[in-house]
Amino acid sequence: MSTFWSLWIIGLTLANLVLVFWVLMANRKVAVRDDETPENRTTGHVYDGIEEYDNPLPRWWFKMFIATFIFAAGYLVVYPGMGAFDGIAGWTSHKQLAQRQQKADALYSEQFGKYNAMPIEELARDQDAMKMALRLFANNCAVCHGADGGGNHGFPNLTDNDWLYGGEPATIKQTITAGRKGIMPPWAAILGEDGVHETAEYVLSLSGREHDEQMAALGETHYQQNCVACHGPDGTGNQALGAPNLTDDVWLYGGEPRDIRQTLRDGRNGVMPAQQELLKESRIHLLAAYVYSLSLPYEEQE
Amino acid sequence: MKNHDIVEKNIGLMTVLIVIAISFGGLVEIVPQFFLKETTEPVAGLKPLGPLELEGRDIYIREGCHVCHTQMVRPLRAEVERYGHYSVAGESVYEHPFLWGSKRTGPDLARVGGRYSDDWHKVHLFNPRIVVPQSNMPAFPWLYDNTLDGKHTEAKMRGLRKVGVPYTDEDIEGAGDKVKGVTEMDAVVAYLQQLGTLLKEKR
Repeated sequence: MSTFWSLWIIGLTLANLVLVFWVLMANRKVAVRDDETPENRTTGHVYDGIEEYDNPLPRWWFKMFIATFIFAAGYLVVYPGMGAFDGIAGWTSHKQLAQRQQKADALYSEQFGKYNAMPIEELARDQDAMKMALRLFANNCAVCHGADGGGNHGFPNLTDNDWLYGGEPATIKQTITAGRKGIMPPWAAILGEDGVHETAEYVLSLSGREHDEQMAALGETHYQQNCVACHGPDGTGNQALGAPNLTDDVWLYGGEPRDIRQTLRDGRNGVMPAQQELLKESRIHLLAAYVYSLSLPYEEQE
Repeated sequence: MKNHDIVEKNIGLMTVLIVIAISFGGLVEIVPQFFLKETTEPVAGLKPLGPLELEGRDIYIREGCHVCHTQMVRPLRAEVERYGHYSVAGESVYEHPFLWGSKRTGPDLARVGGRYSDDWHKVHLFNPRIVVPQSNMPAFPWLYDNTLDGKHTEAKMRGLRKVGVPYTDEDIEGAGDKVKGVTEMDAVVAYLQQLGTLLKEKR
């Protein structure tokens, strides 16, 4: 802050205090005996014969006003307020925030620090840790994956032990930390509308669902030409690419024929936002354990 | 005190004195901020909004998002833990008007950029209940149907340049064509996805 603005603030603040003090004192009426000086008894205002008394300020009120001046003086000495003067306490909101964060972090590492070193498999079976992880999940993950981790159209179900990128603890943690981009390119331009219909029938046949044999046979040639690179020749997918298994009847974007056709036609862009810039490492660790715990056999879940 | 009469019987004088009396707070707390480095210099990396984000911002204002969502993370531990780094003045120097808001019915959005995928935002704006069953946010399905015509985009940018947003002629040239035909949904999502992405603090 430049000297000018510092002096500007100091000058106006003091002027304001002086002015208010002057208004208070200049208007103050000290108690006098009204029977001795009758003209002092009213303000002289008369409304239809009704006169306005001029009484002194109540003493308690006057004293409280004075107390606010004393408070203001003390405040301006201790806290920043007088321009560039920082106050003798050196308080800033940033420092206060840092102190409170430090205190919280100390408490956090005292109570939960032990979890950082625990392997995810073990953590997933720790009841207290999972209780805490449930809260973290509800705050950070549930908006997409659902409060129960059951997923939503376009947002994977985390409880079904079917994994796009792999369900190993380290893989889950990697997914949360760095995020994922699951891109299915649009095929409408290459396959044409007939090709989209045929390929969709073939995709339905992969998971043994009702389909048109003739169209599926045509669809297979499209599939072998265009889709095997990611989904594999047998349709079992590729976790390194996040290409879904097409044979298991688990559908991220819906398994109705028209959903599959839409996926083929326009492609899909699934994004798991990377959390490494958003969440602390210890929380990602707990969340990875929680996600892992969701697909444990029921009797092992906490 | 008899001098009271002078003030009470001259409404012009009384007006002047009232203005003086109530101007102290503004002169001390607001006026210096127009000239301080901390409040007038943009944070590192701050760029004026592109045409699509700018149109998205205007839709954000039109739909009244700022009535229920603030864009101001205060330097309090609980807020920093939930939303990320507290907001700084340098992030808002190109905001005309600012959208800090004053009431949170929904969560703060100052750092919402990058937290959710584009698809999530679209589903959520179409009908929030699809992804957040307990949400009481209104649905905005018409954002899918309306498209931008870009008629006023360049004029808006020129207007903003007049009040200090450093748009270059290249920025403004053809800005309207760039957004023409884009759905309002895409514009709002583009605006939301860049919010608060310059400062990081892990939650």
